[in-house]
Amino acid sequence: MVTITLDGKQLEVDGKRTIIEAAREHGIEIPHFCWHPKLSVAGNCRICLVEVEKLPKLVIACATQVADGMVVHTNTPKVVNAREAVMEFLLINHPLDCPICDEAGECKLQDYAYKLSVGYSRFDENKVHKPKRVALGPHVMLDTERCIMCSRCVRFCEEIAHKPQLTFSQRGDHVELTTFPGEQLDNPYSMNTIDICPVGALTSRDFRFKARVWEMSATETVCPGCARGCNMYSWVRNNEILRQTPRFNPEVNEYWMCDAGRLGTFKHVNSDGRIKAPLMKKDAGVVEVGWDEAISRVVSEIRTFRKNFAAIGSAYATNEDNYLFQKFAREVLGTKHIDFMRHVVEGEQDDILLREDKTPNSLGAVEVGVRPKDGGLSFDGIVKAIKERQIKAMYIIDDNVAINPTVAAALQKLEFLVVNSSLENETTRLADVVLPSSTFAERHGTFTNFQGRVQRIRPSVATLEQDRALDGFAMSRLDAFGTPHDRWAKGVKRDARPTWRIIAAIASAMGTKYKYNTSEDVFNELASTVGSFKGMSYRKLGSWGMKLKAGVAVPA
Amino acid sequence: MPTNGETARQVRIKDLTLWQRTYIPEIVKGMVLTFKQILRPKFTRQYPEERWNPPSSFRGRPVLVEEEGVERCVACGLCARVCPALAIEVQGSETDLEKERYPIKFEINMLRCIFCGFCEEACPEEAIVMSDEYELVFTDPEKAIYGKDRLLMSADRLRPRLEFLRRAR
Repeated sequence: MVTITLDGKQLEVDGKRTIIEAAREHGIEIPHFCWHPKLSVAGNCRICLVEVEKLPKLVIACATQVADGMVVHTNTPKVVNAREAVMEFLLINHPLDCPICDEAGECKLQDYAYKLSVGYSRFDENKVHKPKRVALGPHVMLDTERCIMCSRCVRFCEEIAHKPQLTFSQRGDHVELTTFPGEQLDNPYSMNTIDICPVGALTSRDFRFKARVWEMSATETVCPGCARGCNMYSWVRNNEILRQTPRFNPEVNEYWMCDAGRLGTFKHVNSDGRIKAPLMKKDAGVVEVGWDEAISRVVSEIRTFRKNFAAIGSAYATNEDNYLFQKFAREVLGTKHIDFMRHVVEGEQDDILLREDKTPNSLGAVEVGVRPKDGGLSFDGIVKAIKERQIKAMYIIDDNVAINPTVAAALQKLEFLVVNSSLENETTRLADVVLPSSTFAERHGTFTNFQGRVQRIRPSVATLEQDRALDGFAMSRLDAFGTPHDRWAKGVKRDARPTWRIIAAIASAMGTKYKYNTSEDVFNELASTVGSFKGMSYRKLGSWGMKLKAGVAVPA
Repeated sequence: MPTNGETARQVRIKDLTLWQRTYIPEIVKGMVLTFKQILRPKFTRQYPEERWNPPSSFRGRPVLVEEEGVERCVACGLCARVCPALAIEVQGSETDLEKERYPIKFEINMLRCIFCGFCEEACPEEAIVMSDEYELVFTDPEKAIYGKDRLLMSADRLRPRLEFLRRAR
């Protein structure tokens, strides 16, 4: 540890830190474009210049190691002048594109132009023009003119994604970002370059021109794309998710997330394939019915087939859903045949983020009790038992198990099948009753990732029974001031309920009182009954989650 | 000048003379004023037969400037952001034109609009301006939401306003 003086404050810092790191640890932000906490130091943007006493010239804070007794100033007239000069240089060839640019509103160059620049340009000559609208890869669009050559994206591809695909060509003010000859920016993490790009040079092709960033609300949640459970923000306007971006969590995903999780996990929330109302198979075919009718049908079928049921939980559902479901299966359905289907894609895993297990919660499902106990059958055993007509009825939550043809064939032999599902799929087509359940983007709850980290998911899209303001959703300005008469506030709200609530309603209709008002009530009970969740609460989980207690025996 | 009943009662002169009680002097005063007005020039405008042409500084309904068949607007959304009444909704999309981005939907709710002109002031493209049109009639709240079809107006037609804005800037 060494002692430095930063803007008059004495700081005790690790001697291996650079000035910018030491300042950041103590809550002082030194402006930076090219420096990123998880990338190597490039030192090319020069905006982080600071004055160090006894050194003849200004030094860049990102590449200067601290030393004992060092006296650093970040706001002297000399430093301010230097920053203004750097900004002037950066802005010389930067196009006045902000009204068109998707980065506007979350652009470092724009922010610093307000904070650190003089507010006018002395440059009367013509700006250098370079190619615009260059598709670098399937997901990333490049506007070469906007690039300030910070090289963050180049370093990201090399150091984090381990796929060197980007480089600079030419020299001077003609420098251009390009892919290597014959290459595309198509690594599984390519869209992280969009997040770290301090300007609008790299933008998302999927989100292109969909919305301005200040029109959306951002909700802290977790990606359901694989067992990693990357922390992310869901960006919503008019009750529709428009994009997802990674959220920093040092224990799980640092600053990154994969393209598959970012693009592949939200489109179904807005899709036409959603189950719009409870469905019931009648003589006339499948018809939409009310909740009460659907639930009373399920209740009467449970009375008929009690003890002949099997229950299939889901690694896509929250811990709360699975916990209540297994409790319901044991207490109300009277079965011990409880398991869930695993969705593992072998080989689709790397040392960065991606996991083979494509569900967000399989460890959680096991942990809360969705597994056969006391001689209950496992998933394969259940499928076999249906074929042998030992199991006659089944309850499936939030999983398309019939995507496997063997399972689908078995399900056809059932006398009664009830499914909770958000989307129409192979399984719902076989079901006698389908209850529309909300998606991960419409539920409160927790997922348990492969490391055993329990993390909160929060709803960003409101269903029919939810209200953004009253239920504490993240709100944009449009959400706050829109009325039912404004077209821009009339986003579709779907008639769907979280699985734990559907199950509690059925149990209550059966005469077993499940008194839970919120998913937090379910979680509190879960935390008090399941050993590895001891001591957890929604408040304690916070933004980054908590690890399951190790060594706590799973109750038999 | 007394303004409420109580003070009025206090200053009331109760005992008028006979001459005053005939009201003749007051009638004469009034008629003199009336006959004076008859001789003065008339101000009444025979609306709607005779219409008023506002000066270029007038803030009529906001419109989108159209040049060579295309709106200038790039759907940046600054007008929607600055609008204190949240009257404007813009949805951007991609175009092959050089401007890259254009409004696939641009709607102004004329029931919300307060004619403040902030949209015009915020616009970086001089694409939304306050026109000289002040006659707004609708019979249904839905019809008060003007889409691009009713908002586009040619730059020639808006020449006086555009020149006024250049002078004022």
